[in-house]
Amino acid sequence: MRIYNYLTRIYKVLPFSLFIFIFLFLVPNLHANENDVDAEKKFDAGTTIMEHVVDAHEWHILTIGDKHVSIPLPIILLHENKLHVFSSSRFHHGESTYKGFAIHKKNGIKDEIIKVDENGERNENASFVDFSITKNVLTLFMSVIVLCWLLLSAARSYKKNGHGSPKGAARIVEPLLLFVRDDIIKPSIGPKYEKFLPYLLTLFFFILFNNLFGLIPFFPGGANLTGNISVTFVLAFFTLIITNVSGNKHYWKHVFNTPGVPWWLKFPLPLMPIVELVGLITKPVVLMIRLFANITAGHIITLGFISLIFILGEISVAVGYGVSVASIIFYIFMGLLELLVAFIQAYVFTLLSSIYIGMAVEEHPEEENSITEIH
Amino acid sequence: MDLVLPDVGLIFWMTLAFLILVFILGKFGWKPILGMLKKREDTIAEALNEANKTREEMKLLKADNELLLKQAKEERDSILSEARKISQKMYDEAKEKANQEADNIIQSAKEAIQFEKMKAMVDIKNTIAELSVDVAEKVIIQELKDKQTQTTYVNRLLEDIKLN
Repeated sequence: MRIYNYLTRIYKVLPFSLFIFIFLFLVPNLHANENDVDAEKKFDAGTTIMEHVVDAHEWHILTIGDKHVSIPLPIILLHENKLHVFSSSRFHHGESTYKGFAIHKKNGIKDEIIKVDENGERNENASFVDFSITKNVLTLFMSVIVLCWLLLSAARSYKKNGHGSPKGAARIVEPLLLFVRDDIIKPSIGPKYEKFLPYLLTLFFFILFNNLFGLIPFFPGGANLTGNISVTFVLAFFTLIITNVSGNKHYWKHVFNTPGVPWWLKFPLPLMPIVELVGLITKPVVLMIRLFANITAGHIITLGFISLIFILGEISVAVGYGVSVASIIFYIFMGLLELLVAFIQAYVFTLLSSIYIGMAVEEHPEEENSITEIH
Repeated sequence: MDLVLPDVGLIFWMTLAFLILVFILGKFGWKPILGMLKKREDTIAEALNEANKTREEMKLLKADNELLLKQAKEERDSILSEARKISQKMYDEAKEKANQEADNIIQSAKEAIQFEKMKAMVDIKNTIAELSVDVAEKVIIQELKDKQTQTTYVNRLLEDIKLN
């Protein structure tokens, strides 16, 4: 019996051990290839990590020898009221120009499209807008499709199933949905919560899904979407708009004529209104930075542990092997931590958005009564 | 620094995609799901309510039953005690009647005895009188020879009778 237990325990950790073994054999090979091809080129952990974290105009999947396996993505440029649409493969990884445009790595890290003249010199004065379907935009589209599929199939299963116990996709959706609705939105907003449910639920599911999607280390995951400042900016901006559009009389009174504050803080110098208005902007800015920083930091740390293998492998292959074990263990630990962070950040963003909206729509019956009395 | 600078293109696509996502999910996802959840919650609440109501009714019914049982018991007891009382009464009455009857019988018997006694006395008196007359006759027949003695004797006799 004891032997049987021991065997089942081994069986349980087998997938994990296999994973580690695969890495042990794979990692030195990749490393060796890099060394063979370009002995001069040293492994630059900082650049590698930052390249993974920022957006890109092609989806680099892996490198075998000096061959890059990557998916070319559509480039969409709006230049002098003309739309230029072509594949990023036209640039041949930054080696050629197309239609007077070229791609280069800004500060050696981030893809940037530039306008070049006939001599191949950069034209700094050219103004154009880059609407390309980048790695993050593609991930965004995929996540929208997957989320729609997941939730619409859940909705369909509810329609088919009536109000019985949940089936299919509804089983995944329902506990999360009930948690978000009953433990985040309802207590934060109060009785008027129903109007804000579609936005807040979409927000939670979008952030959670993309946080988790970003943890998958290979295509189609791995993009750092929720760790991108543009994405978190848009989400925080929506919260800002919704909060202030739904703000009631009391909310605006609190901003412009804060009750319980001496008059000389409001007049002649409107100190309190300025502080309140700054607070109005600070809240969503903090939301934006928190999500961006948490997810990006997670990506950087996990990539750091993997990079450690290559850095030490360059010194000695044996050390690379040795460190890989510890690195993988740390990587798994960080991965599990990131799993937690993915949930926590989706929770926090939704919770704070709900609280801000709740503060804007909160009714103050006793104060309103006193106002009407004065009138 | 590139990390914290927003891209116009990504902002554009993100805004568009997120708005579309909110719209599609709001219309075809959240609405039916939340509607169905609400329906289910209502059904559960209703069922719980119904159960509570039934429980209350059961309690009431049980109380009713108990009351009924109590009433029945009380009624039975009262009937029993009534019957007991009636039977007691009847017994008492019968006893009274019997006593009275017995008294009556005794009374009439006494009266009859008195009557018979009187009758017997009268008979005895008559017999005595006859005997006396007979005696007197015999005496008279025997003693009429001596006038003096006769008179004394008759007088004495008369006195005796008077004393009776």
